[in-house]
Amino acid sequence: MAFLELNNVSKHFGGAPVLKDINLSVARGEFVAIVGFSGAGKTTLISLIAGLLKPAAGTLKLNDLEITGPGPDRGIVFQNYSLLPWLSVFENILLAVESVNPNWSAEKRKDHVEKHIAMVNLTPARDKKPGELSGGMRQRVSVARALAMDPQILLLDEPLSALDALTRATLQDEISRIRAETNKTVVLITNDPDEGIYLADRIIPLTAGPGATLGPSFTVEIPRPRDRKSINHDPHFKQLRREIVEFMLNSKTERHTAITKKLVLPDIEPEDLNLPRTMTGWRKTPIRKGELKEEAVEVKP
Amino acid sequence: MKTFKLDWIILPLLGMLAVLGLWEISSLTWAKDLPTPAKTWEVSRPYLAEPFAKRGEMDQGILRFIWYSLILVAKGYTLALIIGTPIGFMLGLSPTFTKIFDPIIQVLRPVSPLAWFPLGLMLFLSAGRNASELGALFTIAVCSMWPTVLNTAVGVRAIPQDYLNVAKVLKLSRTKTLFKVLIPATLPYMFTGFRLSLGIAWLVIVAVEMLIGRPGIGGFLWQEYNSAIYEHIILCIITIGVVGFILDRLMSLVEKRFKTA
Ligand SMILES: Nc1ncnc2c1ncn2[C@@H]1O[C@H](COP(=O)(O)OP(=O)(O)OP(=O)(O)O)[C@@H](O)[C@H]1O
Ligand SMILES: [Mg+2]
Repeated sequence: MAFLELNNVSKHFGGAPVLKDINLSVARGEFVAIVGFSGAGKTTLISLIAGLLKPAAGTLKLNDLEITGPGPDRGIVFQNYSLLPWLSVFENILLAVESVNPNWSAEKRKDHVEKHIAMVNLTPARDKKPGELSGGMRQRVSVARALAMDPQILLLDEPLSALDALTRATLQDEISRIRAETNKTVVLITNDPDEGIYLADRIIPLTAGPGATLGPSFTVEIPRPRDRKSINHDPHFKQLRREIVEFMLNSKTERHTAITKKLVLPDIEPEDLNLPRTMTGWRKTPIRKGELKEEAVEVKP
Repeated sequence: MKTFKLDWIILPLLGMLAVLGLWEISSLTWAKDLPTPAKTWEVSRPYLAEPFAKRGEMDQGILRFIWYSLILVAKGYTLALIIGTPIGFMLGLSPTFTKIFDPIIQVLRPVSPLAWFPLGLMLFLSAGRNASELGALFTIAVCSMWPTVLNTAVGVRAIPQDYLNVAKVLKLSRTKTLFKVLIPATLPYMFTGFRLSLGIAWLVIVAVEMLIGRPGIGGFLWQEYNSAIYEHIILCIITIGVVGFILDRLMSLVEKRFKTA
């Protein structure tokens, strides 16, 4: 029986549907990657599962219970990390632990937090503020915070997209290792098919929006542990990648239009914590891509 | 513009010299009652030289007067923050609350301290001897709380959705959300409000003291006007300005600390 189950879920923000007829079922312990173009609605999908958004139609069930709001059974790693900049690494994670385990002793909470900081190799940065950390380190804190809540399912929204290739590779291995250690169910959102194939048991492409929907799922039959170097030469890997990319590009050919409008991509880039916040309430410069007034985008087949 | 060494001290000095010159010329030509800078300095010296002297109720060193005024300001200002901050939070958090109270706030905000003060006196009439002090506190609080109220409200509304999502996903309790997310995220705005409020409180105190004739920098000013010692009026104006400036600097130091927090 499916652990996470989405049935004909659709979502719109007033206008055209962003997602429609989403059907997804994830088994307990499974690692599923969802690959999609930028702006297709990946964050929207993960927010629906997290319970931060309500679907316009359809049902979402976790463990046969309808998802009505956020809950500690789902740990989420946001695309832009979303750490609280006024709390240290330790305090950020502690906040989650305190909230999920109110009856634990202070000692036990502290140990639990330390354990998760160690799990993502951040013990030396334990007392730093997020603003003093690199993007990769912030993302690890975010992963540690999600894991420290001991969720039944881990939702990762493009956790590595904002990072450089090398850091990305390191963190992919870290996610892979943590997954092996904890055996959690994982839904990973990514824009990189290779990343999905390397990490997941199953890959599902999200077609180009608006009105994006999930395509057929591709099972990755590469045994674990997977080796980054040799995987590139694996014929199964190559074929999978070809099929997935082909499917996604085909889904895009159907929409060949040029659009110029304000694209609201709320989470596309992390907030720059180093920029001073002005006192009057209005920031002079946009601190995120989503705050840019206008963006011209040419959509080609 | 090209800058040179020491320009930070020389340029302001130039400005001061220009104003002093204008003042000197004015008092020699069209404003015969205006004491010259030299005369002002001469007459004010005892008040500056012995800033803590107490020769009589209304004849004290300048720092003593400042001290009296600051104490009253501190009380009224604290009251303003205690009342203003929660109101600001409620305005920021609840659109309904905003709809209900925003028009009233917009109407009360521009009312001058001179108009509030009689109401304050009237409200605390029964307090007898303390009536004027309580009326003054009421006036300072009512006049100076608006920047705190409005800036806090703006700050709460400007909290990034991401932080609110974190609070939801972590299932933070209401108190935790307030103290770990809402307040820290709003602090920079709150402190801007606090700084502006302090400026207004200092403006109001002078007006209020003039009305009640209580020892303090404003009371002193009014008394010296009545006794036609015009040099002291100028002394008071400069003092009030300098103190206000120092208060603002101090607050902006505090404000800066929370800027990137
Ligand atoms: N709160 C919102 N209000 C209105 N429109 C929204 C909102 N959130 C998302 N959208 C729209 O939904 C579409 C999908 O957005 P979403 O953030 O889910 O994309 P994404 O796949 O996560 O993109 P990216 O890869 O850039 O993160 C976009 O066109 C966006 O404009
Ligand atoms: Mg996204």
